[in-house]
Amino acid sequence: MKYYDKLIFELSKEGRTGYSLREPQARVCLPEKLARKEAPELPQVSEVDVVRHYTNLSQMNFGVDTGFYPLGSCTMKYNPKINEEIAAMPAFAGVHPLQEDVQGVKEVYEGLDKALAAITGMAHFTFLPCAGAHGELTGLMLMRAYHESRGDHARKKVIVPDSAHGTNPASAAVCGLEVVVVKSKADGLVDVEDLKPLLGDDIAGIMMTNPNTLGLFERDIKEIAKLVHGCGGLLYYDGANMNPLLGVVRPGDMGFDIMHLNLHKTFSTPHGGGGPGSGPVGVCNKLVSLLDSVHTSGFHGNFGVMLRAYTYILMLGKQNLRLAGKLATLNANYIKESLKDAYKLPIASVCKHEFVFDGLIDDGAKEGVQGATTLDVAKRLLDYGFHAPTIYFPMLFHQSLMIEPTETESKETLDGFIEVMHKIAAEAAQDPDILHQAPHNTPIGRPDETLAARQPVLKWEA
Amino acid sequence: MSKIIEGLLYSESHEWVKIDGNVAIIGVSDFAQSELGDITYVDMPSDGDEIEKGSEFGALESVKTAADLYSPVSGTVVATNRAVEDDPSLINADPYTNWIIKIEMSDKGECNSLLDAAAYAKIAE
Repeated sequence: MKYYDKLIFELSKEGRTGYSLREPQARVCLPEKLARKEAPELPQVSEVDVVRHYTNLSQMNFGVDTGFYPLGSCTMKYNPKINEEIAAMPAFAGVHPLQEDVQGVKEVYEGLDKALAAITGMAHFTFLPCAGAHGELTGLMLMRAYHESRGDHARKKVIVPDSAHGTNPASAAVCGLEVVVVKSKADGLVDVEDLKPLLGDDIAGIMMTNPNTLGLFERDIKEIAKLVHGCGGLLYYDGANMNPLLGVVRPGDMGFDIMHLNLHKTFSTPHGGGGPGSGPVGVCNKLVSLLDSVHTSGFHGNFGVMLRAYTYILMLGKQNLRLAGKLATLNANYIKESLKDAYKLPIASVCKHEFVFDGLIDDGAKEGVQGATTLDVAKRLLDYGFHAPTIYFPMLFHQSLMIEPTETESKETLDGFIEVMHKIAAEAAQDPDILHQAPHNTPIGRPDETLAARQPVLKWEA
Repeated sequence: MSKIIEGLLYSESHEWVKIDGNVAIIGVSDFAQSELGDITYVDMPSDGDEIEKGSEFGALESVKTAADLYSPVSGTVVATNRAVEDDPSLINADPYTNWIIKIEMSDKGECNSLLDAAAYAKIAE
């Protein structure tokens, strides 16, 4: 990897430009108080400066187009290029956000609504939310609107499992609801006995991710749905982990009333710094009439993302969509079984799309020698050209290393990853120092995260 | 093995309490700071806030995670430690000298349900 760390401001030379604009023909009539007194301090660079700068930066990037990206709970699957071709079609790309009643666009919304309803078992979707957490907030607002529409104002609590994504309690708090935590059992699933005493007429609902953040299918979901519905609450489905269930199980059939999907995860649109997200929210029949009452963004959501997701669904079709989920599950289990001789596997059951290790079995710790941690393993993976998995989440374990390969990868890629993970485990056992100092081959090694959090420098100054 | 000081009282959520007359001086245990790692931010209540035993009075954020702080006693906040607010690393350096808040207790009897050093040692492993 070529090292390049310049800021575009550092390339600036007084008077250099990469464009020439005609003197404006029309006078812009801005009120005096809004007009700029001084020219903005933009970098002064030539066209080739700009092109080289951003090309060099892009070459330091790691993405799904450059390598294996097993980031747990993020579903970094490959984004087929036909998605981009369709999104770039002038008939779509040229539509103005304020243009109404463009037939082709309306057809995409309607077609995607139908497809997602069929995939999830929900009745209809709203496409306003622009990300997963945005979807959660929208969904919780719908939950609140539902109770209020029935004159039921006492429901202020939302139940969230202790293994949940951090966004769940955060969204509930933003929505003005109080969070109550339900514990998991030793097998990683929600403890139904712990849930029962929490239920009552103050419960708005429960938020669940299924499969959960340990990659495990919540087997008691039917009973949980019955209990929560029994106390008058609703069930919210966090769609972050929908990938393995595609075409196999539907949240609507499990008893969920409201859900969001992460189109950017499950339906192959760019994300993780690569593009905007989309978190459409689906509801069951009894909530459809409320769907238009919640406005959480302007315009119609991220249309370009929806177009890509719709392309993906139509290109795969029903049978292949089902295959995608199954292959994602197979790939995760293949890695899990291949590496459990070297990494601690706290929950050994068959997983869905992802699973969690709890650090190395032999971390090399001896008298006076510090063992290798999950952070060390993650850093060492970068040396071998793999993106690191999610680390230290979920917080149920101390050395969590969460791996999600997705269906994208070939057996050869998976075998390559497994080989490197074994190599790292052997290095740790012999000389953990190699890992403490990793990465050795990347442009930047270990940034001081503590210093960055305590004294952030957010603005460039000459 | 994390450090536990004799003579202090502890909560199951890893806060320590030092009783000074009617005032409870509250901080977090060595176990808590080592679990969190480098603390980067302390979210403090305001002076005069009424707090109930077991309720949240603030939060600690670290590079790795964030954790809520729960009050071991009920009462009114009479002081917050500006020094740890300005430099949260003080809690990592010495969690027992660097207290977080002081509470004027409304029911001193609540202290009876807190843990002593020996009982706390059993859960802070």
